[in-house]
Amino acid sequence: MERIVSNDAAGNGPKREQPVLEVRGLTKSFFGNPVLQDASLTLHPGEVHGVVGENGAGKSTLMKILAGVYQRDSGTVLLRGQSVQFSHPIQAHEAGLSTVFQEFNLLPDRTVAENIYLGREPRKGMLVSRAKMNAATADLLESLGIGFIRPTSLARSLSVAEQQIVEIAKAVSYDARIISMDEPTAALSGPEVSLLYGIVQRLAERGTGILYVSHRLREIFDLCQTITVLKDGRIVDTKPAAELDDGSLVRMMVGRPISAYFPDKLPAEPAAGSQTAEGPAATPGEATAPTPLLELDGAGNDQLDGIGLKLMPGEIVGVAGLQGSGRTELLHAVFGAAPFNRGSMQLDGLPARPHSPRQAVRHGIALITEDRKAQGLSLNQSLLDNALGVVRAVFPGRTSTVRREVAGSFSILEVVARDLDQEVQYLSGGNQQKIVLAKWLAVSPRVVLLDEPTRGIDVGAKVAVYRLMRQLAAEGKGVLMVSSELPEVIGMSDRILVMRDGQLAGELPAGATEEEILRLATGARVPGTAPEDGSTTGGTA
Amino acid sequence: MTTTSSAPRAKQTAQAGGFFARLSSTQIVYLVALLVLIAGSILVATTGRNFFSPGNISAILTGTSVLGFIAIGQTLVILVGSLDLSVSYVTSLASLIGAGVMANQSGNVPAAVALALGISAVIGLMNGLIVAGLKVHGFIATLGMGLIISGYLATNYKGSFGQAPLSFRLIGATGLGPVPISTLEMLACAALVLLMLHRTRIGHHIYAVGGNRDVARMSGVRVPGAVIAAHVICSVLAGMAGLLLASRLGVGSPTVGTQGGYDLLSIAAVVLGGTLLAGGKGSVVGTLGGVLIFAMLDNIMSVLQINPFMKDVVRGVVIVVAVAVYARRTIVTRPPRFGHGGHQQEIQP
Repeated sequence: MERIVSNDAAGNGPKREQPVLEVRGLTKSFFGNPVLQDASLTLHPGEVHGVVGENGAGKSTLMKILAGVYQRDSGTVLLRGQSVQFSHPIQAHEAGLSTVFQEFNLLPDRTVAENIYLGREPRKGMLVSRAKMNAATADLLESLGIGFIRPTSLARSLSVAEQQIVEIAKAVSYDARIISMDEPTAALSGPEVSLLYGIVQRLAERGTGILYVSHRLREIFDLCQTITVLKDGRIVDTKPAAELDDGSLVRMMVGRPISAYFPDKLPAEPAAGSQTAEGPAATPGEATAPTPLLELDGAGNDQLDGIGLKLMPGEIVGVAGLQGSGRTELLHAVFGAAPFNRGSMQLDGLPARPHSPRQAVRHGIALITEDRKAQGLSLNQSLLDNALGVVRAVFPGRTSTVRREVAGSFSILEVVARDLDQEVQYLSGGNQQKIVLAKWLAVSPRVVLLDEPTRGIDVGAKVAVYRLMRQLAAEGKGVLMVSSELPEVIGMSDRILVMRDGQLAGELPAGATEEEILRLATGARVPGTAPEDGSTTGGTA
Repeated sequence: MTTTSSAPRAKQTAQAGGFFARLSSTQIVYLVALLVLIAGSILVATTGRNFFSPGNISAILTGTSVLGFIAIGQTLVILVGSLDLSVSYVTSLASLIGAGVMANQSGNVPAAVALALGISAVIGLMNGLIVAGLKVHGFIATLGMGLIISGYLATNYKGSFGQAPLSFRLIGATGLGPVPISTLEMLACAALVLLMLHRTRIGHHIYAVGGNRDVARMSGVRVPGAVIAAHVICSVLAGMAGLLLASRLGVGSPTVGTQGGYDLLSIAAVVLGGTLLAGGKGSVVGTLGGVLIFAMLDNIMSVLQINPFMKDVVRGVVIVVAVAVYARRTIVTRPPRFGHGGHQQEIQP
């Protein structure tokens, strides 16, 4: 992806105008815990203003106060010079301040147009006019350069990226002068992100002020002219993007330098690792070459075809690809959630094809799902119950042993929580993800499948997840990681598999560049690149 | 190369579900209704009688009207994400108020109808306020409301009460050819509700609230308004069913609603019609199909003189099989995660 240069152009101009939004001394506490203290921020028309900080730094709270979801305790919010206080999200919309929230807010069984105009359906006389609604939606989508989305499609039928874009279109449709976006790219990958970039820039050119919250620093630098850093509910500083770089920004966010963002490999632990890796079926005469923990050959199902791969003990293999290329489906197939129905699958050199997650767990496979809230956690149950979830279900005999170890494993993962009885819904994203990891580590899996393991979690928690992956590899376990964040795939993987259209498009060695990955992931569509075969080092390892 | 390979793949995924996956649930309901019709006409013919005789058609349609009124209202309540278990008690109460106020005087009919429907509306309003305001789930709120009405009925009415005048009784007895007036009224109500659901804001909001309450709220929908509207309309329609029964029986009865089992049967008809029990998706047209299926099954089994307890077994099987078919379809028709439409071609990295 090319770096989109608009910083200078928009940087000088708008500053002289009256700010569209001024926040002064905003303070908010929940149950006596201050989550936002004396936060101030100024947004000019046409400015893209990045808001960064670790999870729990107060970014989401700030967004939600501006959106009218929460009420502030003190402080002032000025919209074009006028003091406002919203008690309901709709008041914010009507005042020209729209928010795109982190969670998807579409009704799956309603059309795109019905979703966008929900709550203010255009009428003709007494009756809602579908014709007007669809026409207005088509115009809106066209004006954002996303005319390929049809107003009459059901939201359910759209891809994740398209749904995200429809949400932004919905925010725009309120004639918003200010749009705040909370992690708009969390669910998107490469080319989809650049589509979003285009929309953000179009909006900025129209004079819309944009508050852009993201954990992806690269996007912040690509898009934003000004960056505000939050930490522990306070503003650390606001600076022009040009005066900052990755290192200085991360230092401001965490308050300490992160020297090794991606931790180094750990030495293998022979005792734990290679012994268990040597399955009973290890071929004689190949004593030096360990048996792959997982081996697929020509495997496929409705969504996948001709998958061949090997996962060796102690290896971290990254799986890259566009959204919808079959990355998640590959993990689900291995995990038996949507099993393969052709080709061969071997675990420890023995044919095995789990037909349900339960069988997969019994084979020593763990899957940390992409969507921790929907598939990873029981949000209204306690930390302890969540952590014991898999053990209780599959290996009930081990429950009491694991229960004694839970507190220990939480402290290794640096889980920050009040106590073991706290409901996980009150934890930050990073801590929730650690609970999911703890739940799976409790069954001592041999093959760990990770789907977007660091989505929506802060820098500190990310590093903790990376360290854990290294630790698992050192113990001789196999890690298969799907991620949309290419730096993460490149920084952590021993090998990189790239998927496209449900097939493996190729394999790249550690240290591949983002360009090489994208070239495989997008096929021959990248202009001016070599044919894909050149960079493919062999589809089946 | 890659662009061409994605198109047939998407097609393949869409076809994987086969014939059923391509039909909407409403189409399936009417397909099943047609099958019941064919099977029924053959079975009835074996007894030497004609399924399509005007008398029999009239009997089937009469069977649809009472359940139809209640099931249309129940559709709204289920779409908004609630339930109404008080409908059968409201039906009984409305029949008593109607017949009681009429007291065999034609002049009292307008007042009786207004009072019966007004009280039904107040009950619906209370249901809606409890569900939307006190955040009590509809199941519990209306169960409680049903028990309250039930207690009131049992203490104040020992048996049938009041008298409907001949002019009012004609509504339940006359028809246009084989089509009873009551069925036409029910269909008119269905048309009004259909118009409301698809062409008014409140209708759109009922779908939105049932689909996801938080999304609706964040979009500026007044959630309590949609919930209360659905409950009020549902109770009023249950009241109309009660008036229809009073017209047919000539008297009001404290047990007429519960004997019909309209509470659970109406929920079954709604679900059989393809509406999601969780709300947010479904249609009145589907519900009418569900009502028609139940009415035809009843009629066929009556003509064949099947043991009445056997009827419940058949109804039960139909409900479970139908919902199992829908559940299967939702699995099959989840959107393909890739090979999608081809918009990826427009994105240049």
